[in-house]
Amino acid sequence: MSFSVMLAQLADGMVRTVGIFFLTLLFSLPLGFLVCFGRMAKKGAVGNLVGILFRAYISVMRGTPLMLQLMVVYFGPYFLFGMSIGNKWRFPAIIIGFSLNYAAYFAEIYRSGIESMPIGQYEAAKLLGYSRTQTFFKIILPQVIKRILPAVTNEVITLVKDTSLAYALAYAEMFTIAKQIVASKSDFTPFIIAAVFYYIFNLIVAVAMEFIEKKLNYYH
Amino acid sequence: MKYLEMDHVKKSFDGLEVLKDISLSVEGGEVLSIIGPSGSGKTTLLRCATLLETMDCGSLSYLGESAAEIVDGRSVYKKPAELAKIREKFGLVFQSFNLFPHFSVMKNITDAPIHVQKRPKDEVYKEARELLDKMGLGDKERAYPCQLSGGQCQRVAIARALALNPKVLFFDEPTSALDPELTGEVLKVIRSLAQMHITMVIVTHEMAFARDISDRVLFMDGGVVALQGTPQEVFGSDNPRMKEFLGRYARL
Repeated sequence: MSFSVMLAQLADGMVRTVGIFFLTLLFSLPLGFLVCFGRMAKKGAVGNLVGILFRAYISVMRGTPLMLQLMVVYFGPYFLFGMSIGNKWRFPAIIIGFSLNYAAYFAEIYRSGIESMPIGQYEAAKLLGYSRTQTFFKIILPQVIKRILPAVTNEVITLVKDTSLAYALAYAEMFTIAKQIVASKSDFTPFIIAAVFYYIFNLIVAVAMEFIEKKLNYYH
Repeated sequence: MKYLEMDHVKKSFDGLEVLKDISLSVEGGEVLSIIGPSGSGKTTLLRCATLLETMDCGSLSYLGESAAEIVDGRSVYKKPAELAKIREKFGLVFQSFNLFPHFSVMKNITDAPIHVQKRPKDEVYKEARELLDKMGLGDKERAYPCQLSGGQCQRVAIARALALNPKVLFFDEPTSALDPELTGEVLKVIRSLAQMHITMVIVTHEMAFARDISDRVLFMDGGVVALQGTPQEVFGSDNPRMKEFLGRYARL
């Protein structure tokens, strides 16, 4: 197999890898806030219960392998409801599995940021008459984003590499294709191309995040 | 007219009684200083007055409008919507400034008047510039809090509180986080506010300052008002606790 054919086949996989990456971020970043607020709920009996439920959710998501979770999301509907699962369900299952898992990690990062905010910021906002919503979106959230950016970068970089776990569901993302070519052609080159691809992808992510960090460096 | 009235205020934290039946009132235009040793409950009293802390017992009202009343020996607060209206009547300057670090000086001052009070932008900006000039910070409107000295930050915080046109302005040890030089510039600003007859309640450890600018001084000790009166009366008092307290300052 010529190098260019190999590259063309892998490029197909790269597009899918990038697809998993962006869709997972698109869903898990906001979902993380929901989980975070659920985790921090503690007002009244209902709040307590919600808090416990989300705590358990995070615990399970972080405590079991992502690959196993992907399998559960993919095969679960068949075993639970007898739903027929096939090629159509493969991609949604991957995005759902990744998003649910990453939301748990993001939730804890958000929580660390929110809880690190000095109480004085809330008190000043209260004194100035800001509503709770205004306080969160205008005063707290912008500062939280700045604080959590390095931790989020870590997680996003991990996600780039974790996309290869879709291999477990035989989804033809880059790593799956690379492995297929290596096995069928007895040629090691696809792994090297894959490594270079992941590395460059992460380099771009790191540079982009650093750029955002610098943008937010106008205050501390 | 009584701008602030607090009666029979009691507050405990985990069984420790910090405020033991305190009553005070402030007339419009009056400057009241609250002095006393650390742990005497000054800051807690201020936090109760500004609704940052809920009283166990006691009533609280601003310009005749009640925020909390005593029912069966407990404080019963008004509904959140009514409390929000009462919050418009006072401002607070914190010991640690609590400026919003991601807002420029100008935005720190103008954001609440524009987005909370919904006042016209032009008018708010014009007033904010006048305030900054008054604070000696006319050239700092674009700066961020992290670029300012502590004294400058505190003056911005004072401008921010004033921009909402409060009826009563509280100060919680406004100079305790500042070195003597910066303390001077902040005290100068507060002094100028006193001359404009802005109603103020100031918790402070600056005795000479309190004696100078106050119409009335309140000496707190162990969660009660041990002494109150004109600065002459309080600072010249024979009360042994007061003498001991002042003596410690004299020795410094």
